[in-house]
Amino acid sequence: MALLLPWILSIPLFSIVILLLFRQLSRNQQTLIALLAPIAGLLLLAPMIPDLLQGAVFQQQWQWLPVLGLQWTFRLDALALLFSFLIFGIGLLVIFYARYYLSASDPMPRFYASLLLFMLAMLGIVLSGNVLQLWMFWELTSISSFLLISYWSHRSDARKGARLALTVTAAGGLALLVGLILLGQVAGSYQLDVILSKGPQIIADAQYPLILVLILLGAFTKSAQFPFHFWLPNAMAAPTPVSAYLHSATMVKAGIFLLIRLYPAIAGTDLWFSLVSLAGLLTLLTGAYFALFQHDIKGLLAYSTISHLGLITLLLGLDTDLATVAAIFHIINHAVFKASLFMAAGIIDHETGSRDMRKINGLWHFMPVTASLAMVAAASMAGVPLLNGFLSKEMFFSQTLHQSVLGALSWLLPLLATLAAVFSVAYSARFIHDVFFNGKPIGLDKIPHEPPRYMRVPMEVLVALCIGVGVFPQWLVGDILLAASTAALQQTPPAYSLALWHGLNLPLLMSVVAFVAGIVLYINRKELFLFQAGFQSTLAIHRFEGQVQRLVQRCRQFSQWAEPGRLQWYIAAMLWATVLLAGYPLLQLNSLQGERGLLPTDWFSAVLVVIMVLAAMATVIWQRQRLLALIMISVVGLMLSLLFIRFSAPDLALTQLAVEVATAVLLMLALYFLPHRSPKQSAHATLLRDLILAGSCAIVVGSLAYLMLTHQADSVSSYFLANAKSGGGGTNVVNVILVDFRGFDTFGEITVLGIAALGIYKLLTGIPRFKPSADADGRSWALDAHPLLLRVVSQGLLPLALLVSVYLFFRGHNLPGGGFVAGLVTAVALIMQYIAHGVDWVKPRLNLQFSALVASGILIAWLTGAFSWLFGKPFLTSWFDYFDIPLLGQIELASAIAFDLGVYLTVVGSTLLILANLGKLTTRHKPEHRGQI
Amino acid sequence: MELLIAIAIGLLTGCGVLLILRGRTFAVMLGLTMLSYAVNLFIFVSGGLTAGAGAVLGASEQYADPLPQALVLTAIVIGFAMTAFLVVLAIRARAELGHDEVDLQKPNTRGGA
Repeated sequence: MALLLPWILSIPLFSIVILLLFRQLSRNQQTLIALLAPIAGLLLLAPMIPDLLQGAVFQQQWQWLPVLGLQWTFRLDALALLFSFLIFGIGLLVIFYARYYLSASDPMPRFYASLLLFMLAMLGIVLSGNVLQLWMFWELTSISSFLLISYWSHRSDARKGARLALTVTAAGGLALLVGLILLGQVAGSYQLDVILSKGPQIIADAQYPLILVLILLGAFTKSAQFPFHFWLPNAMAAPTPVSAYLHSATMVKAGIFLLIRLYPAIAGTDLWFSLVSLAGLLTLLTGAYFALFQHDIKGLLAYSTISHLGLITLLLGLDTDLATVAAIFHIINHAVFKASLFMAAGIIDHETGSRDMRKINGLWHFMPVTASLAMVAAASMAGVPLLNGFLSKEMFFSQTLHQSVLGALSWLLPLLATLAAVFSVAYSARFIHDVFFNGKPIGLDKIPHEPPRYMRVPMEVLVALCIGVGVFPQWLVGDILLAASTAALQQTPPAYSLALWHGLNLPLLMSVVAFVAGIVLYINRKELFLFQAGFQSTLAIHRFEGQVQRLVQRCRQFSQWAEPGRLQWYIAAMLWATVLLAGYPLLQLNSLQGERGLLPTDWFSAVLVVIMVLAAMATVIWQRQRLLALIMISVVGLMLSLLFIRFSAPDLALTQLAVEVATAVLLMLALYFLPHRSPKQSAHATLLRDLILAGSCAIVVGSLAYLMLTHQADSVSSYFLANAKSGGGGTNVVNVILVDFRGFDTFGEITVLGIAALGIYKLLTGIPRFKPSADADGRSWALDAHPLLLRVVSQGLLPLALLVSVYLFFRGHNLPGGGFVAGLVTAVALIMQYIAHGVDWVKPRLNLQFSALVASGILIAWLTGAFSWLFGKPFLTSWFDYFDIPLLGQIELASAIAFDLGVYLTVVGSTLLILANLGKLTTRHKPEHRGQI
Repeated sequence: MELLIAIAIGLLTGCGVLLILRGRTFAVMLGLTMLSYAVNLFIFVSGGLTAGAGAVLGASEQYADPLPQALVLTAIVIGFAMTAFLVVLAIRARAELGHDEVDLQKPNTRGGA
């Protein structure tokens, strides 16, 4: 039967998908689909009930991230069953109710989808057998609650209320996550079963206080406990079905559920006593007190909910097994009567257009049936006998009498409990009297009348339950309460009786006192209202919004300071940081000189280096004359490739040389589009500042280079040298590394190359036209764009260059060369044709899709890698062998050749895609009046 | 020789940084190119300076370190692609904005060629 558990969660998901996919369904059909989830859920639960009442625990588990201790675990015991009942049962009624509550203009699928998402999340919390998994669903309830509160997103109070609720509950959720992780570490597992069995060990741990506080932070924020209660009244901006479901019956109970769930693991200490009971007591009192002064019906109900949540928390804080039973009982009762009261509030709002109790009076004459139902529910809230609220309140009173939480002052607790009950009676009386009697309605927009027949049905069911449980408690909820309490405590609770009449005793006296005093208080409410009006009250929501605005402003100020929109500033900051970070360790060293033997200086290399450095400096000095600077920087590149040859890197020299040609062409093209000279603009101070930074960079990098050059370090290179021939089948180790050992890196690199080329292609399409018709000195472009000599020479060079590139390609595995170099040589040869003949001449002769070339290159490289999967080997496993072919002799075939072909094609395609497209622009934007100066 | 190379790397870096800090896109491109020369040279010599050897098996007595060479080889090609991307960004910026300044904050000094 445990196999059914995941289905309970999947059915809401299924309904959500259907609802969102088929938005054109009628309202009734949508309601039906939404109803499917709770109905199916209840049906799935039904066969498991007998076993669960006997104390069975169903569990279903899958591995998810076992390394993190994260398993998908669904666990159903009697406590989870009770909460699932509440979630499904009240969910069912709320969905039904919402059908009539929402107006035709409200998007129904979005509402039901969010509501079902919430239902799923809530079930996830209840059914989780792993605390990390529980936490994920916990956060999902915060998110779905946010979506539901802000359902009427055009209203500013809805948006603000949603933001406040999300901020408070999600912040608490983060605390909870830390708490649960610590809890799991102490218990040695995140599985609920293990944690529940390790109670004494957890409590004895040094981290216990921290764990407890963090978990309580999560639970208290979620369950709107003082001092985090302020988000709940603001969440009343939500549609009333949402308030009925989330903010009275289910979501706010999640925090309490968590406390009950973890009760055997973390309760039973003095710290638990003081924190939980104090928070509960304060919440109970403040909630009850402020509820009386609300003019909004939903506001009154919200504060009343806070107060009742406080009552439940206080019971848990009393830390006796019987108090926990009472807490669970009150959870059921409160859910039932408060949901029906919210539904009444919704009906009143729906039929009168107002929720202000100063306006809506005397509704008894307009809607007697609704009024009777609401009055029964409100009486239950006040704790009138024969109703369910009375029973759990009596249990609460008797528990407050049997405790010693406050030591010698423990007698205070029953007194304060009675005081809270006085206010509870008073606000219930106000709800009944002010709304249904107390004269005539004032200034209503419409004449109130009874709601549609079926809108009342959910209320009728709930009120029937109020009375049923009130009269026959043992018969209706006795079994499940016992089983749930047993599951929560992990042991059978002491004997108790769920009877209506316990004889004349102290709790009954407390009830009577509360009832009489409450009525007296309500009659004399005028004085109290005047007293309360004397306080300057700032609403929590305004304070919160003020804080949010301030935070936003601070962030803006900070980002304006840190991000002034000046590239030079960023670069300077980054470079200074680098200089300091890299320079500081250098200060710790005694000397840069290392133990490695130095290479004697020869005049050839020295000349190369000197020319290179001089050219680099010339680039800087002449940077404002751009063509000159370009030539100078090419000299630097040329010297660099010669240095590569000098220091035994022929592959690099070839690549650098080819890239140098391509870069030169690229920068020449750039100069066509950019100004040819830079105006003198840097102030002397700026120049000095930059010179200091550049000098510091030069010193640090140069010192680092010298340090590195003079020290011997162990390198992994010997591995590549030893294995290149035997493992990769090639003697050019550089190439073998590229296409074999580190083939995956190369694959990534050619992908980057392809992406850069495609990005450039995209950037160049749709570029605004502009036509420089002459150079900086006003000279127009050369009339003979394609000189004869260049045409002839380049045409003759093409086959030679192609031949060279083929040669470089094939010898690359064993001698300097390879796909990169060959690709660059081919690309440069083709670019030469563009330069010599122009785009119009080349295009019909070379009909190549460069982007396709790039794609095919990457694809070939990938296929080469994927090919090894066919043989059960990892991606890019290489293969090579030698064959004897008549006439040609022994020939080596290697998979690396195919990979290198991919590299070759990508390089050719990318280079041409970049340069040919850029070049094409110059042609398209050719000056219109040629020959006229 | 090592000292000479280290000085060259330092000076190339300094020149590159100075160019990058200029206010015009073309100078920044030159600076980045210069910096990539410096960085490539730096990575290349991290294997130590070897003269007259190469990394081809059987072609010489001792071998140059092949790993930095492989790293730098791809770096050169990707460096080209990145420079090209920057060039095209600069061209596009010039075309859209009408000037080639790096910073948008100083409208008073704006101006084309």
